[in-house]
Amino acid sequence: MSTLIEPTALTNPVEKVLRNDRIPTIWCPGCGLGTTVNSFAYALMASGADLKKTAIVSGIGCSGRVSGYVALDSFHTTHGRAIPFATGLKLANPELTVVVYSGDGDLTSIGGNHLIHAARRNMDILVVCVNNMIYAMTGGQAAATTPGAATSTTTPYGSFEPELNIPQLVDAAGACYVARWTAFHVKQLEKSMTEALKKKGFRFIEVLSPCPTLYGRRNGYADGLAQMKEYKEMAKVKNGAPTYEVAITHGQPIIVGKFVDRDRPDYLTLMRSQLGAHYHEVAEVGVGCGDESEGKEGCCSC
Amino acid sequence: MHAEKESVLTGTHFINGDTACCEGLLAAGAKFAAGYPITPSTEVVERFAQRAPTVGGLFIQMEDELAASITLQGMVWAGQKSFTVTSGPGYSLMMEHIGYAAMTETPCVFVDVQRGGPSTGLPTLPAQGDMMQARFGSHGDYSTISLVPNSPQECFDLSVKALNLAEKFRVPVMFMMDECVGHMTEKVVIPEAEEIEVQPRRRTSKKPDEYLAYEVGEDLVPEMAHAGEGYGLYVTGLTHDKKGYPLMNPKQQRELVTRLFEKISRAADELTIVEADGVEGADVVVVSYGITSRVAMRAVHLAREKGLKVGSLRLICVWPFPEKLIRELAPKVKALIMPELNMGQVVIELERFAAGRTKVISVPHPGGTVHDPLEILEAIERGAQ
Repeated sequence: MSTLIEPTALTNPVEKVLRNDRIPTIWCPGCGLGTTVNSFAYALMASGADLKKTAIVSGIGCSGRVSGYVALDSFHTTHGRAIPFATGLKLANPELTVVVYSGDGDLTSIGGNHLIHAARRNMDILVVCVNNMIYAMTGGQAAATTPGAATSTTTPYGSFEPELNIPQLVDAAGACYVARWTAFHVKQLEKSMTEALKKKGFRFIEVLSPCPTLYGRRNGYADGLAQMKEYKEMAKVKNGAPTYEVAITHGQPIIVGKFVDRDRPDYLTLMRSQLGAHYHEVAEVGVGCGDESEGKEGCCSC
Repeated sequence: MHAEKESVLTGTHFINGDTACCEGLLAAGAKFAAGYPITPSTEVVERFAQRAPTVGGLFIQMEDELAASITLQGMVWAGQKSFTVTSGPGYSLMMEHIGYAAMTETPCVFVDVQRGGPSTGLPTLPAQGDMMQARFGSHGDYSTISLVPNSPQECFDLSVKALNLAEKFRVPVMFMMDECVGHMTEKVVIPEAEEIEVQPRRRTSKKPDEYLAYEVGEDLVPEMAHAGEGYGLYVTGLTHDKKGYPLMNPKQQRELVTRLFEKISRAADELTIVEADGVEGADVVVVSYGITSRVAMRAVHLAREKGLKVGSLRLICVWPFPEKLIRELAPKVKALIMPELNMGQVVIELERFAAGRTKVISVPHPGGTVHDPLEILEAIERGAQ
């Protein structure tokens, strides 16, 4: 005899970290973004981060919408500039945990310079880069991450450019933590995100994600599942792999794992230690409360 | 609220406009800034980089102007007052984020120490060629405020005002200096902290569950909450509803964009900031702003020596344009003369509001130096005929 479960009694454990009034998402069936957000939601809960003091910043594109589905302080910024916005948040309030969640085109092409320099500065932020290998929101144009032979709406004869090896770039620029997973590796991704959330310094996780609508169907994948199957079959976990060996090459294994995990002082730590006595800690740096009800001038200590 | 004592360099100083601008922004409560070096604006952030840590703040030099112009907005949403400083080419790069600040209603100041353009132009020489860019530079429709100082003293006084207005109206305020004013060294008197009025952040007094990020009262300016305060903010450059959620349809676009305009236009009287000299009863009035106003004053004096009834109207706040004032003034005079260090930008607005009721004479100049007062005098004489 089966027991009928009331649908209302069913709640997704990650609901409390999502903006349920924004769901369903705008993402296509078969897209991997939702899966990565699920892993991220579990990671947020597992990390013990104070969610009231956690901000998520996105740029523009399909992945740029992630910030708006997570129940944190959400900032949907301009194309490519999520990292500098996040930098401002972190510098002005070091108590914040700041996560940038955006796409490959946004972070590595139009925002590529910011990615390099945030890693170099060792800005204390976590960057999650969902790599669907295409500009999806705008209709499937070639990205810096589109594999050479792949067809896109702006490379109908195939791309003439080699694709970017993102882990190698951020490793070279000085990131403290570099990992790559795919939307298939939900548990590994969650674990990696949890670990990265707890770490200090510039942390970077690339997540390969299927885009059946604008990448897959033009490049021999019948649907999102076909790309997921490829991730399953072709992925090879190689923790500690030198990042110059992890470029994604068509027909070759997809190297995943944690490639870099090192420690060096982040920007603010270095700044404080170098400034020494020049840094005058004001009890509470702020902009005033604006509470006019208190009336008298200069009342405001905040 | 008044300025914090430790941020204010009270006293009489002999400093340049760039330095005075830095001190003004500090006095107004900006302890955080992001920038990227560009002549002739660098002294502002060089000074700030030295001063900020002593008041618990910091300056970060970003990798480019695109980064600087949005890093400062992250600083604002984290609860600080912030600004950036640039010049022509950098100002062009910052345009997208001026739009973002206008759309998200992020209070901040963009300082543009204008130099000759277009393109790389004249890096070390003055111009006022970015005035229309200050008004219309970013894509889409928005309204903001531009203040134009004409001396190092005003670089202090008006940069305080610029940040105060930014906070009051929650807009990016353009502080339109020029190379002459920026590099000119003069006496600057910085008052006691208690004498400097500072507009505090308009923070919400509501609890997170009753707060709507873009709900407005009578003055159409929403109250702000910051990241990390438990409000679960949603800030986007997309057209959004009162919650801040994206809502992209013609109705919401009309509601939002109209409000972004109206919050400024409703304050037209408060934002009519001018300095008038002998305008009452004048036959001809020279309308000018920034460094050009100082050259114009020389021309006005020369004309007065010749017996002409000439007034001077200096626009301290150029945007929003003092429409009402010009509408009222135009029928009373034979001519309005506008010298500018550009090929005729703000004069377009002057003509629009003079509306054919008086002669409007433009005295353009491509920049690189200031006008010869005699050029302006000649225009005054033509206008007086």
